[in-house]
Amino acid sequence: MKITQISVFLENRKGRLYDVCSLLGAHGVNIRALTIAETESFGVLRIVVDKSEAAIKLLRENQFVANFTDVVAIEVPDQPGGLASILKILSEHDVNIEYMYGFVEKFSDKALLVMRFEDTDFAQQVLAKQKIHVVTEKEIEGL
Amino acid sequence: MIWKENVECAARADLKELQSGYLRKLIPYIYNNCAVYRRKLDAAGVKPDQIKSIDDIKRLPITTKEDMRDNYPYGLFSAPQDQIAEIHVSSGTTGNPTLVGYTRDDVKLWGEVMARAFCCAGAVPGDTIQIAYGYGLFTGGLGSHYGALEMGLRILPTSSGQTARQLKLMQDFKPRIIACTPSYVLYMAEEAKAMGIDPTQGNWKIGVFGAEPWSESMRREIEAAWNMLATDIYGLSEIIGPGVAQECHYKDGLHVFSDVFYPEILDPTTREEVPEGQSGELVITTLTKQGIPLIRYGTRDIVSIRYDKCRCGRTSPRISKIKGRTDDMIVVRGINVFPSQIEHVLVGIEGTQPHYQIIVDRQARKLDEVEVLVEVEQRFFSDEIKQLNVIREKIRKEIENVLSIGVKVTLVEPKTIARSEGKAKRIVDKRTL
Ligand SMILES: [Zn+2]
Repeated sequence: MKITQISVFLENRKGRLYDVCSLLGAHGVNIRALTIAETESFGVLRIVVDKSEAAIKLLRENQFVANFTDVVAIEVPDQPGGLASILKILSEHDVNIEYMYGFVEKFSDKALLVMRFEDTDFAQQVLAKQKIHVVTEKEIEGL
Repeated sequence: MIWKENVECAARADLKELQSGYLRKLIPYIYNNCAVYRRKLDAAGVKPDQIKSIDDIKRLPITTKEDMRDNYPYGLFSAPQDQIAEIHVSSGTTGNPTLVGYTRDDVKLWGEVMARAFCCAGAVPGDTIQIAYGYGLFTGGLGSHYGALEMGLRILPTSSGQTARQLKLMQDFKPRIIACTPSYVLYMAEEAKAMGIDPTQGNWKIGVFGAEPWSESMRREIEAAWNMLATDIYGLSEIIGPGVAQECHYKDGLHVFSDVFYPEILDPTTREEVPEGQSGELVITTLTKQGIPLIRYGTRDIVSIRYDKCRCGRTSPRISKIKGRTDDMIVVRGINVFPSQIEHVLVGIEGTQPHYQIIVDRQARKLDEVEVLVEVEQRFFSDEIKQLNVIREKIRKEIENVLSIGVKVTLVEPKTIARSEGKAKRIVDKRTL
């Protein structure tokens, strides 16, 4: 089960992250997970929100360049070696991860990670075979 | 059909012979009849009898738009006013307008080159032409009119405006040729649709469009909208008006009527000839005009030129569409940079007209630095930094290839490049020279 991530282009200027967060907040969009990848002049903000369609419309209306990206959210046992065990499986099956980051809130007693794969469909097949729980959009909306 | 085959298809050596003969007559004529040119030639240390062949043209001084303005109204005339048959004036943004005067022979010349242009576009005697360029002080309307008369076309002199009437006359008289500005013909397509006329079923089959710069994508739009052949005509009132150069149906450069309007492509800074195929300022000498003959007039238009024979059979040199204006040019580390060059690179990469800005800066005792800001667009945005860096690198490499200088490319958010009246400011020169 894929979930939708919103990627936003940001210049490295003071207050731009705040601008995005406050815009979404003011319109009742909750950010569930967030990370920023930066270069010396620009960055890409990646977020998972509860209302992605409304959020991307809002961002584009406010002159942000924003795209949808398919990602997968995975439950990771919140204990030493929890992440390592999953990474081991993925690596053994030649699944390439482009990047990953954590959710703000916990979903159960397990940590929740967002993973962006080179080949999302292939990654999902591997995860399903290995019985690793993949979180659905519905579950995220209910957070 | 080729209107004046003996010159338009002449061997290069024969053409040179013809041009040399004209130049040998022209120089003494202006030297003896125009005080401004006499001073210019004296200052350049050139005696009229030293100009023997067209290759000697390089020794002659350049004439600029400022020369036209500074000597307003009559300073650059070589013919006395009682010989002048017609006057045209174009308004300038600053100072004096630009005034041009034609003798009767100049008007005849104008008709002839415009006849060559219509023929080059594909008109044949007996065709009907709708001339929707403005008639009046602007040279577009009357120049086209004289050419159509000379060629034996049936003329609908509609001038510009009154679009509903333009479209009705098109339907009633079925002209195969339309002459107007490219933006006006696109506007008329919209108006036609609004009136319930299907422009793809329109009567115009050949368009002769000019008087403003237009792109290949605009050409495709016009051709699709009207189901016609859209050709480009070039000219400027200082030289004659429209009728300096015209595309044939191969649309592979504009044929310059070089037996009468001698073209050179010069580096705008050094005034040296650029190698064939490279871009520079189009400089024109009117070899046979009498009223205001101009020597090496700097058009400020940036084009490239080629001399190979065209598939249509014409041997006349062909200029590219206008690539830019020298007014927009900046010189960085001795290299001429035109915003349009960067625009071409971006259109090539993104397939769209992106917003960009060129920033030139110079730090103390350092080389000039060029930074190109490019607004990120939805279509090439990626969630992956490495993809964005790939695009940035590609833009940088291609700009460096075109300009031959190193640049820095910075991706910026949309709408962050300052715009004035909807147009982005293309160049910010921060150098204190
Ligand atoms: Zn041709």
